Amino acid sequence: MSLATTESVAEIKARNKQLIDEVLKVYPEKTAKRRAKHLNVHEAGKSDCGVKSNLKSIPGVMTIRGCAYAGSKGVVWGPIKDMIHISHGPVGCGQYSWAARRNYYIGTTGIDTFVTMQFTSDFQEKDIVFGGDKKLAKIIDEIQELFPLNHGITIQSECPIGLIGDDIEAVSKVKSKEYDGKTIVPVRCEGFRGVSQSLGHHIANDAVRDWIFDKVSPEAKPAFEATPYDVAIIGDYNIGGDAWSSRILLEEMGLRVIAQWSGDGSLAELEATPKAKLNVLHCYRSMNYISRHMEEKFGIPWCEYNFFGPSKIAESLRKIASFFDDKIKEGAERVIAKYQPLMDAVIAKYRPRLEGKTVMLFVGGLRPRHVIGAYEDLGMEVVGTGYEFGHNDDYQRTAQHYVKDGTLIYDDVTGYEFERFVEKIQPDLVGSGIKEKYVFQKMGVPFRQMHSWDYSGPYHGYDGFAIFARDMDMAINSPIWKKTKAPWKDAPRPSLMAAE
Amino acid sequence: MTQNAEHVLDHFELFRGPEYQQMLANKKALFENPHDPAEVERIREWAKTPEYREKNFAREALTVNPAKACQPLGAVFVAVGFEGTLPFVHGSQGCVAYYRSHLSRHFKEPSSCVSSSMTEDAAVFGGLNNMIDGLANTYNMYKPKMIAVSTTCMAEVIGDDLNAFIKTAKEKGSVPAEYDVPFAHTPAFVGSHVTGYDNALKGILEHFWDGKAGSAPKLERKENGRINFIGGFDGYTVGNIREIKRIFELMGIEYTILADNSDVFDTPTDGEFRMYDGGTTLEDAANAIHAKATISMQQYCTEKTLPFIAGHGHEVAAFNHPVGVSATDDFLMTLSRITGKPIAKALEQERGRLVDAMADSSAHIHGKKFAIYGDPDLCYGLAAFLLELGAEPTHVLSTNGNKAWAEKMQALFASSPFGKNCHAYPGKDLWHMRSLLFTEPVDFLIGNTYGKYLERDTGTPLIRIGFPVFDRHHHHRYPVWGYQGGMNVLVKILDKIFDEIDKNTNVPAKTDYSFDIIR
Repeated sequence: MSLATTESVAEIKARNKQLIDEVLKVYPEKTAKRRAKHLNVHEAGKSDCGVKSNLKSIPGVMTIRGCAYAGSKGVVWGPIKDMIHISHGPVGCGQYSWAARRNYYIGTTGIDTFVTMQFTSDFQEKDIVFGGDKKLAKIIDEIQELFPLNHGITIQSECPIGLIGDDIEAVSKVKSKEYDGKTIVPVRCEGFRGVSQSLGHHIANDAVRDWIFDKVSPEAKPAFEATPYDVAIIGDYNIGGDAWSSRILLEEMGLRVIAQWSGDGSLAELEATPKAKLNVLHCYRSMNYISRHMEEKFGIPWCEYNFFGPSKIAESLRKIASFFDDKIKEGAERVIAKYQPLMDAVIAKYRPRLEGKTVMLFVGGLRPRHVIGAYEDLGMEVVGTGYEFGHNDDYQRTAQHYVKDGTLIYDDVTGYEFERFVEKIQPDLVGSGIKEKYVFQKMGVPFRQMHSWDYSGPYHGYDGFAIFARDMDMAINSPIWKKTKAPWKDAPRPSLMAAE
Repeated sequence: MTQNAEHVLDHFELFRGPEYQQMLANKKALFENPHDPAEVERIREWAKTPEYREKNFAREALTVNPAKACQPLGAVFVAVGFEGTLPFVHGSQGCVAYYRSHLSRHFKEPSSCVSSSMTEDAAVFGGLNNMIDGLANTYNMYKPKMIAVSTTCMAEVIGDDLNAFIKTAKEKGSVPAEYDVPFAHTPAFVGSHVTGYDNALKGILEHFWDGKAGSAPKLERKENGRINFIGGFDGYTVGNIREIKRIFELMGIEYTILADNSDVFDTPTDGEFRMYDGGTTLEDAANAIHAKATISMQQYCTEKTLPFIAGHGHEVAAFNHPVGVSATDDFLMTLSRITGKPIAKALEQERGRLVDAMADSSAHIHGKKFAIYGDPDLCYGLAAFLLELGAEPTHVLSTNGNKAWAEKMQALFASSPFGKNCHAYPGKDLWHMRSLLFTEPVDFLIGNTYGKYLERDTGTPLIRIGFPVFDRHHHHRYPVWGYQGGMNVLVKILDKIFDEIDKNTNVPAKTDYSFDIIR
C-alpha cells in the first residue's frame, strides 16, 4: 500500500519537492514566498530541517494554530489542580477550552480541586468601557468565599485585558496582601500576543518564576525531607494519565518524584521544585524556559527525555540514570528488564499488522518528533511531519535525532497544504488534531488525534506503549476503511503520484 | 504489573491497580499539601446547604461553569449554512481554532473557518492589512463562493471598521469588486453565540437585500409566495432542518431555508473531503426578500434579524424552539394560515402517533420533576413539552436568557397546573444550578454534556439535550422538531427514566422484586 517503500529516497525527494512546488502555486505571490520558507524536504546530515518557524501565521490561510491564552491557560496553568484559573475577559475562551484537554487529576472537583471547571469574568460591554479591575477584585473575593479550599488563583488574560489597560498585577498584589499572602498570579497571556500558543507557554513559565518562585522564601523548608534522588517531572500534562505512567517508572528505578508540571500538579509541587536534584523535561517546547531558569538560579540540571516507545524509553531511563549513582543506574536496567517481556509481547502482537505502514504527523511542539521512535518500534515509518508552534531548536532536534532522509517537513501547515500532501502521499495513517481528524477520515485515511490521544491514553511509558500500539492498529486496520467506496462504483484509481 | 499485550488496559482500568493507587496516595500525602480529608468533607457538605446557596446566588462578578459561548461561534454556524461560504473571523487566530474545535467535537465533522491572524502590531495599527491579505489568500486558496466576515473581541476593542476594511481590500484587489463579502460585527462581550447568529444572519441578508454595502442597487421586493425558514443556533440542525424540509414538502410549500447547514455538518465518508456541501444558494439568499413570510424557530436567535425582515414587508412569526404536540400544532397552523395550504394528512397521522406514544408512557413521566438549562429558546420548548407530559420543569436556567425571557417562562408556567412550582433563572450558570439541585432536588436534569458534572455531584440523572454534546455520538442527526422530533425527545427522556428505575431496583434479594420485565 505504502508508496514510500516502493520508491528510492531520491524518487521520494523529487516527489516531495514537486509537491511543495505544486501547493505553492495556489497562493498569491507574496504569500507563496512566505510559505515556501516553511516547507522542505529533509536532507540527511543537515543540522535542522531547513524550514523557518515561530513566525506569524499568514491571514486567511487556515492555520491550525491557537493563541497565547491557549498556551498558558490551556496548557501550562490549567492543569494545576488546587488553584483556580480565571479566564479573564469574555466568556468564549474559557468555554471552548473547558475540560477539553484531558489533564487527568485526583481530587474533589469544586471543593479542593478545580481543573474541569470554567471560571470566567464573563466581560460585558461596560467592563470593556470602564475597565475590569474592580470586577476582578470582586471575583477574587467571591472565589474566597465560595471556594475556601483553593490554594491559589491565577488570572489568565484574554485579548481585551491588554488592550483596555487593566492593571491585573496591581489587583493581584492588593488581594494577595488582603488574603495573608495568598498566591495570586496575573498572567499576561492575551491571545493576540506572539504568533501561536508558544508565547503563552513562555509567559506562563515566566509567571511561575515571578509570582511563585520569587515569593517562596529561600529558607522555607518543603514539607518533606530531601533525598539525593529527588526529581521533578517537567512538561508532562498527564493527558489520559501520561504523567502517571511515566512517574511509576522513575519511582521504580529508585528516584523520587517531588513535583509534576503540570498534569495532576499542585501549587505545593511548583513551590518545592527548586529542591529537586534533577529536572526531567518531557515537553521541551513548553517548559524549557523554567528549566533553564532553575538551572541558572538554583543550579538544578535538566535532562530531556522521551517516553514514547520502548527504544526511546530505555534510552531515556539510562540518560536520566546517568545523573545519579550506581543504585539508580542499576534501577534503570532493572526497570528496562522488567518491562522487556511486555514490550516483546506488544511488538509481537502488533508489529506484523503495522510493519511498513506510513504515517504523516502534524502536532504541537514536541510530538512531531517524539512519537517517531514509537512508530518505528512498530515497524512503521513517518514520511512527513511538522510543528504547529515549534521553534528552530525543535527542528534541530528533529533533524539530528528523529527524521529520515527525504521526510516532508511542513511548519505551521495550512489546511490546504496538509490536505494536498496527504492526498498525494496517501499515508496509511495521519496523526494530528480534532480540526484535522474528520477532514482526513472523510478522505478515507485512518486518523488518530495526537494531542488528546483521541480520548484514549496514556501513551507515555511502557504501559502507555501497549495502548499506543493497540490504538494505531485499531485505526489503520479498522474494517470500515474498506467500505468508503460503494461497491457499484469504479475501483479507486491509483493515486496521482503513483501514476506519474 | 497489570498491563498486558493480550488485554491492553487503558486509562479506564490501568490506574485502578494497586501499584498506581499506592503511587498516587504517596504523591498526595507527601507532596500536594492536601487539606485534611475531614475538612474537605465538611466543605463538600457545606456546599450543599441553603446557606451556601444564598452566598452562591449573591455572586455579582464571578461566573462559574456558564452555559453559553461567544458571538463569533454563532456567526460561523450561520456562515457555513450558505453555499460555498467560508467564514472569515477578523481578529486573533486562536479564537478560530476554538470555534472549529468546538463545532467538530459536537458534530464529529470538519469545520472550516479562517482567521485574519491579528497580532500585536495589528493591535496597535489596526487590522486593515490582515483583512487585505487575508481575503486575498482565502479567495485564492479555498475558492469560496462567498466569504462571510465576523469579528473577535480583539478587533472590536480596537474598533476595526469592517465595512471600510472590506471596501479597501476590494480596491486593493484582494477579491473582485462584485464578490460577496457580507459582514457582521460580533463582539464577544455582548450577548452570546445566539446573538452572533442573529448578527451574522442579518449581516448576510442586509448584504444581499440592501445593496451590497452600497455597491449594488437595493433589491425591490416582489412577493412570490414562498416561505423563509430560519432555524437559529441549533445543535440538532442536521436532523431538524431535514425534518422541516420534509414537512414543507409534505405540505407542498415553496420554501427557502436561511442558513441551511444540515449538509455541511453531515458529509459522507466516501473518499472525498467536502469543505463546502449543500447550503442556501446565494441566489436564494437574495431572492428570499421576495418571500411572503419568514418564520424563525428561535425568537432569541433572531431578535434583530426578524425586525429587519419585517421591515422589508414580510409577515414574520417567531417560535421558541417548538417541541411536542401543542408547539408543533402552533407551528403547522401558522404555516397553514400563512400559505393557505392545509396541514398534510401524513402530519396529522404523525401527530396522532405522538399523542399515542405520550398516552402510552404518561404514567412514567407524570409528576416527575425536571431541571432544564440551555439556550433561552430551547429551554422554553423543552419546558412546554414537559408541561404537556404532566411533568414539572421545576428549575429552568438560561445563562444567556434575559429578564424578558424569564417573564415569558413564568407566563408559560402560569398557563399550566404543572407549572405551579416552577421557576426561571435568567443569567445564571451551572454552579447556581448545582445549588438548586442540592437544595430543591429534582428527578432528572436536561442539558448539554457539561451537565455530567452536575449528575456526578448531585446524583441527578442527566438527559443530554442541548449544545454542545461532546460525549455521546450522532444525536444531532435526529430531529427534535416536528411530531417526529417530539417522539425522539420523548424516547430520550423515557430511556433515561427506565434506566434509572432499573438501576434502582436491581439489587438481588433486596430491591429486585420491582426489577420488572414489563413496564
